Amino acid sequence: MTPERQRAYWRRNLAYIGVLLSIWASVSYGAAIVFADALDAVRVLGFPLGFWFATQGSILVFVVLVFVYVKLMNDLDRKFGVYER
Amino acid sequence: MGAVAWTWLVVVASFALYFAVALWSKARTAADYYVADRAISPVLNGMATGTDWMSAASFMSMAGLMAVMGRDGSAYLMGWTGGYVLLAVLLAPYLRKYGKFTVPQFVGDRYYSNAARVVALLCAIAISFTYVAGQLRGVGIVLARFLGAGVTQGVLAGAVVVLLYAVLGGMKGITYVQVAQYVVVIAGYLVPAIFVSMMLTGSPVPPLGMGGTLTPEGAAFLGARPGEELLRVVDRLTIELGFPAFTSGWRPRLDVLAITATLMVGTAGLPHIIIRFFTVPKIRDARSSAAWALLFIAALYTTAPAVAVFARASSIATLQGKPAAQAPAWLGAWRETGLVGFTDKDGDGRMRLSADPARNEVSLDPDVLVLANPEIARLPPWVVALVAAGALGAALSTAAGLLLVIAAAISHDLLKSVLYPRMSDRGELWAARLSALCATAAATAVALHPPGRVAEVVAHAFGLAASSFFPVILAGIFWKRATKAGAIAGMSAGILFTGGYILWFRVLYPELGPDRWLLGISPEGIGIVGALLAFAVIGVVSLLTEAPPKEVQDLVASLRYPREAQPTGSGSGRRVFR
Repeated sequence: MTPERQRAYWRRNLAYIGVLLSIWASVSYGAAIVFADALDAVRVLGFPLGFWFATQGSILVFVVLVFVYVKLMNDLDRKFGVYER
Repeated sequence: MGAVAWTWLVVVASFALYFAVALWSKARTAADYYVADRAISPVLNGMATGTDWMSAASFMSMAGLMAVMGRDGSAYLMGWTGGYVLLAVLLAPYLRKYGKFTVPQFVGDRYYSNAARVVALLCAIAISFTYVAGQLRGVGIVLARFLGAGVTQGVLAGAVVVLLYAVLGGMKGITYVQVAQYVVVIAGYLVPAIFVSMMLTGSPVPPLGMGGTLTPEGAAFLGARPGEELLRVVDRLTIELGFPAFTSGWRPRLDVLAITATLMVGTAGLPHIIIRFFTVPKIRDARSSAAWALLFIAALYTTAPAVAVFARASSIATLQGKPAAQAPAWLGAWRETGLVGFTDKDGDGRMRLSADPARNEVSLDPDVLVLANPEIARLPPWVVALVAAGALGAALSTAAGLLLVIAAAISHDLLKSVLYPRMSDRGELWAARLSALCATAAATAVALHPPGRVAEVVAHAFGLAASSFFPVILAGIFWKRATKAGAIAGMSAGILFTGGYILWFRVLYPELGPDRWLLGISPEGIGIVGALLAFAVIGVVSLLTEAPPKEVQDLVASLRYPREAQPTGSGSGRRVFR
């Protein structure tokens, strides 16, 4: 990789990290803690929504986030020709 | 066959399985011992990481805490899973690219300093030791309650079992044993939860069952109407005792935020979890094994709140106002361990629960609820046995992973890297085994005279990890300009501040209440403040000192690209910066 390609690869990685961690923070700190009382006014499938995010939703979102990162980075590695065989 | 006979049978069978696996996968070289020769597939590594992770605190204490704390208890659920997102995107792939054996080794190389390495290895030992004592304590409680041995004999038995396979097998043995333990742990957790969920709400999926409506059988058990929503029933039961509604949160928001953040950041900074990502062949495997680990962990963590709801509702419903003479059998059995108590304060011969400590007559230690849940719900004895085996598997697997970190810190980072660089591979392997032996002996001694409850002891290890390793590793990967002096100062400031705060409010002056805490943040949540302090110190001191040498900056740059500069190999032949 040329130095420019290296920088592009790294910048793209940082952008992925930024987006994924924003979702991570807004689900756990936001929906499950700061806004939980407001969301609790809504009940979905027997759960107050804030309580659901705190006990189930945030964990499910975390699982999705890490698998999405795996997929994004594998694609990025292929695009930049650094995919490990 | 009774519960005790079943428990002996299942526990002995599970131990036999662990030994067989350990013998089959014995370590032969130092690379085997520390990183399983980097030949573990990402799915298996994810499973082993999950078991390594799910400790006595996850298995025994977490749902119990949640049962007592209501929605605020989800700080533990989110904290102990959200940390894996940080690991997967911020640490695991880069540390795997670096490709050595231990965390102090990374700190020593990245910060070109044996002093930084020694500070890091002391932090690793302090954190792992705090954590391992909690595990052996958990083993002691389970054996004492279910097998009738005393807590002392229980702790000793647990220590011997861990020694046999951790000392012998090293990382390779531990990894395969942990895969076997995952099955036992998850079965021990899910099977009783599924039984209870089926009985109460008719749903075979506990996370859905907790939001379900009561079956006629469940309604009779809880003294509610059929068709009523379980969460409304548990809210009503807790309010009747004078507590806030179960599904609401009542701790200060800032404290819940701080505890959640501390546990997340601490999870990502725990050395026994980080080293698991050194065992896979490729960098992309490090990312995917973090993802698999989280998936395997989520199976237990999404069930835990359901267990909490079931335990909270059924313990209130089966005790409140019932005559003490007709107390359920589990109450008497647990009273012998000292973790459950009953005092008939008003002398009416009935058990009364209340939010008011002066009127409450039944005390239930949160550590007991998960273990007692199958008995509370009157499940068959083989389910009780499965829970005991699962709790033991959870505690032993985590203890083994932690002992390995302590052993590696002593044999690899202290003896091989600092004191005797010319030690042979064989010599190092034996040094590692001897270190594991000494660490187990010391941890056993502490576990026999424990400083507190399992979860309490363990929760503090997260504050220490959050404020020391996480900042120094993150800065080491993402900021080339971070210097030796910055790292040493930052790590020391973080761990001293956090450790000092915990000591001050938990050990020296436990009578000081929340009004004296910094911004109302409890000692469990102070680690995140310590981490921010460590980041600030690393930043300021690094900018005031000379930039790191070129070769170190090149090392940092090389971590960012998966294939580039150096091929990833066994790690033993690579350059060491001093």
